[in-house]
Amino acid sequence: MASLISCPHCGSRPKEEFTVKGAALARPEADADEATWFDHVYLRDNPRGLYDEYWHHTSGCRRWLVVTRDTATHDIAAVRDAADKKEAAQ
Amino acid sequence: MTSYRLPKGGLVDRKTPLSFTFDGKRMIGLEGDSVASALLANGQLLMGRSFKYHRPRGVLTAGSAEPNALMTIGEGGRTEPNTRAPMQELYQGLVARSQNRWPSLDFDIGSLNSLLSPFLGAGFYYKTFMWPAAFWEKLYEPFIRRAAGLGKASYETDPDHYEKCWAHCDLLVVGSGATGLAAALTAGRAGARVILVDEHARIGGGLLAETALIGGVAAPDFVASALAELASLPNVELLSRTTAFGWYDGNVFGAVERVQKHVRAPLPNVPVERLWRIVAKQALLATGAEERPLTFGGNDIPGVMMAGAMRSYLNTYGVAPGKSVAIFTTNDSGYALARDLEKAGVALAAIIDSRAEGAAPGVYSGTARVITGAYVSDAHGGKALASISVFKGGKTETLSVDALAMSGGFNPIIHLACQRGERPTWSDENGAFIVPDQRKGLTLAGSVATTNGLAACLEAGAAKAAALLGDLGFAAQASSFGTVEGDIVPAAAKPVWSIPGIKGKAFIDYQNDVHRKDIGLAVREGYGHVELAKRYTTNGMATDQGKLSNVNAIGLLAEARGISPGAVGTTTFRPFYTPVSFGALAGTSHGKHFQPVRQSPLHNWAKKNGAQFVETGLWYRSSWFPRAGEKTWRESVDREVKNIRINAGLCDVSMLGKIEITGTDAAEFINRVYSNAFLKLPVGKARYGLMLREDGFIYDDGTTSRLEENRFFMTTTTAYAAGVMNHLEFCTQALWPELDVRLASVTDQWAQMAIAGPKSRLILQTIVDEDISNDAFPFLGAKEVSLFGGQLQGRLFRISFSGELAYELAVPAGYGESVADALMEAGKEHGICAYGVEALGVLRIEKGHVTHNEINGTVVPGDLGFGKMVSAAKADFVGKHMLSREGLNDPNRAQLVGVAPLDPATTFRSGSHILEKGAAATLENDQGYISSSCYSPHVGSTIGLALVKRGASRHGEEVLVWNGIRNEYTPARLCDPVFFDPANEKLKV
Repeated sequence: MASLISCPHCGSRPKEEFTVKGAALARPEADADEATWFDHVYLRDNPRGLYDEYWHHTSGCRRWLVVTRDTATHDIAAVRDAADKKEAAQ
Repeated sequence: MTSYRLPKGGLVDRKTPLSFTFDGKRMIGLEGDSVASALLANGQLLMGRSFKYHRPRGVLTAGSAEPNALMTIGEGGRTEPNTRAPMQELYQGLVARSQNRWPSLDFDIGSLNSLLSPFLGAGFYYKTFMWPAAFWEKLYEPFIRRAAGLGKASYETDPDHYEKCWAHCDLLVVGSGATGLAAALTAGRAGARVILVDEHARIGGGLLAETALIGGVAAPDFVASALAELASLPNVELLSRTTAFGWYDGNVFGAVERVQKHVRAPLPNVPVERLWRIVAKQALLATGAEERPLTFGGNDIPGVMMAGAMRSYLNTYGVAPGKSVAIFTTNDSGYALARDLEKAGVALAAIIDSRAEGAAPGVYSGTARVITGAYVSDAHGGKALASISVFKGGKTETLSVDALAMSGGFNPIIHLACQRGERPTWSDENGAFIVPDQRKGLTLAGSVATTNGLAACLEAGAAKAAALLGDLGFAAQASSFGTVEGDIVPAAAKPVWSIPGIKGKAFIDYQNDVHRKDIGLAVREGYGHVELAKRYTTNGMATDQGKLSNVNAIGLLAEARGISPGAVGTTTFRPFYTPVSFGALAGTSHGKHFQPVRQSPLHNWAKKNGAQFVETGLWYRSSWFPRAGEKTWRESVDREVKNIRINAGLCDVSMLGKIEITGTDAAEFINRVYSNAFLKLPVGKARYGLMLREDGFIYDDGTTSRLEENRFFMTTTTAYAAGVMNHLEFCTQALWPELDVRLASVTDQWAQMAIAGPKSRLILQTIVDEDISNDAFPFLGAKEVSLFGGQLQGRLFRISFSGELAYELAVPAGYGESVADALMEAGKEHGICAYGVEALGVLRIEKGHVTHNEINGTVVPGDLGFGKMVSAAKADFVGKHMLSREGLNDPNRAQLVGVAPLDPATTFRSGSHILEKGAAATLENDQGYISSSCYSPHVGSTIGLALVKRGASRHGEEVLVWNGIRNEYTPARLCDPVFFDPANEKLKV
């Protein structure tokens, strides 16, 4: 019924305020080959355990977040702004 | 009349009598009564009829597990069926009705089902009603539904309102018995934010029926002083009448508070129920244990009751169960009842103890006859208990009694702890299914954790609360409450599943009428697995969800299969613990509040002009503007369309999504989200843009205008306004955070109107200060303009959806209505008309423009003839990389094409399929389908846009348009999708 996501900007908020998009995958480089793009667009892992997902705080600050969620327990291990992830990766 | 009110005792207010009716019969109860206790006090043992066999039933429990005494409470829109009588507080004027009986509770035709019981065993509907199949829907199902039933809901509207809210706390305590109170006091005194919930009207749980002394005072007095202290603490919230029904992710607990279900006329400004979502840093489950019934023949006859319930009615409500009482117990707890009955002067016929050794030494010092090593094998009577058979050592003795208490041991109420996947294990030592005390966020204490006795429960509640708060950083001291005197501490006893010597029907699941033999049948027929047995017998599937029956069924399954109850295992625990009303779950989201109405800033203008509105999403859009004498919508729409092609029209397009995009990288950003080029769009120009999904399919379209070097104004379709905004935010934040871009949704800030038709410029020029001649402001111009001699700034776009010379004018929302009025006034002499989305649709179909009818998630740019809008020069844009996939370049793909009937007098509808001329209507022959259609005044017949295999190269081909639902066949011809002005001559004048 209800669970909470701790938005780095708004604090702990009910999940009804958020929209989940799916796996938080890095977008391939523009010149990546077709197989890489196909994998990016269509193929998904289905792990039991921690999984990075994009969540949008649609009814809040409207920031896109990367939520690290345990697919088995729904425990949320970490939440960060999606833009920060990009910086961290670089 | 057997049960009756004692002259003294109980927590009821004897000075406040309350009158109520049961099946129309007027009765008197007392303030503090439940409906069940009031009925018992009036000698009304018979409270309902059972589900399948229509057997007479009385109240079995004093709590939320009640399977028998289910009633319809209230009248009119406040009628609430299946209310558990022990949970319903009595109020003055309460109207209660029994259920599942006809014509009356006393004389019920349905009880004939008992005679048919050999045919109504477990799974009977799978066997009996197998054929003919056609009979099922018409005969069998209606018959079964009528015969087997619960109460009926009212068709009237619920006049009350409900609300939902959130609460946060350090410690949530579920249950307010000895354990819960000790925990709440410990936590409250430490300054922690505490919420204490209890499903009953009164805080106190089992203490309210207790005769022991705590710290020298009677248990109910101990409760009163604890309550006074808790109420004085600002950090403690007490929620009585509140059931914690679910444990969810993030340690969120769902609870429903029955705020005004105990009053006849609820205050209109206060909800009747409130749904709580409680976020608890830690929670303590102090839900206690549920007493287990014993499975003997006739264990459902009115007068048979759980021992703990009988003790509640006696001590809490001052109601005696009968004149001559027997107690059948497997453990020492039955002796606490014996002691209290004797003290109250109620005659005790016998105590039947299944244990050969009887009670532990010192437990019982009363005078009643105690028969050890014995069982009650059968209870006898019709609508009231008359006698019992006591079976001992192969011999049966009959005792005359009018009330029988039973105690088969205790099941810890671990429901909440198991709702997130945890499975309980069987403990032989405790004779019960148990779970460990600790788990993340939720701890068990008291008898739910198999702690027995008041002193131990008080200590456990205080200690566990102190430990949990210590972890949260509070300096909490476990409170102590003095010595406990006079408590009988029942040691766990060996469960008794099968009782010897049974003659009659021995019920396991009272509410679903599942009896002992059904379990055996399920095992014999191969449904012995606990989940299969549940569904085959329906044990545990009633609204009580097997609170009393599940463990007994598991015990009997275990015996029948020759394994331990642990090996049988339990069924899955799921929310809700008890039924929750739809009203509480809906909260305020009903009626007008279910879906808000979204009105355009031009709504009032449209209304003044006589618009017919249509709901599109939340929006109310004007569809057409009928004039005097017009009898059908088509007359109005045709008139509007013709007038726009000759004169001019004004249409509200404020619903289009509008997004302002600014920043030094705004152009680069837009270039990446559209498939066509935008980097070099000049300032002051608008361009049609195509937005793809990453998989290459078209997502949305719209125009984007460059107002300044680093300021763009994007429009989206009405339906995808929110989606495009989310998508663009994703692109700026997650994909390319390095770009300097800012987005603002300005949909609500602008009133936007389309002014279309040959005379649109003439009309607009009367209010626009700047020169908007074709030379000064050519097709696809976009700029800020001054209006009414500098009184107002607006934005003017020379774009056209209709194919006519046309503009869109945006003005600040608040000015929308007066600007539209001014344009209508100025346009009067030029024949301007208001037009709606129907005419808009006709104009765009005539011009071959697409909407989401065509952009339906299956098309790529090439399918719509937009191949040139896919930039080959751009290194990257969303959707680019998938477009080269083989399937998206298949020459057989469906492509946009126009369709017109061969005979203009014939017509076709959207959704109809296209077949080759002469081909049969089969899936293999399907060529495509009509995506949009309308009557075109310009063409003089129905026209359509269609997505047809290789459509672009099939112009001129004769086809058959087939509507299989209405069996319509229309010969037609495929053609260019642009029916009107293909050379765009009217557009650019």
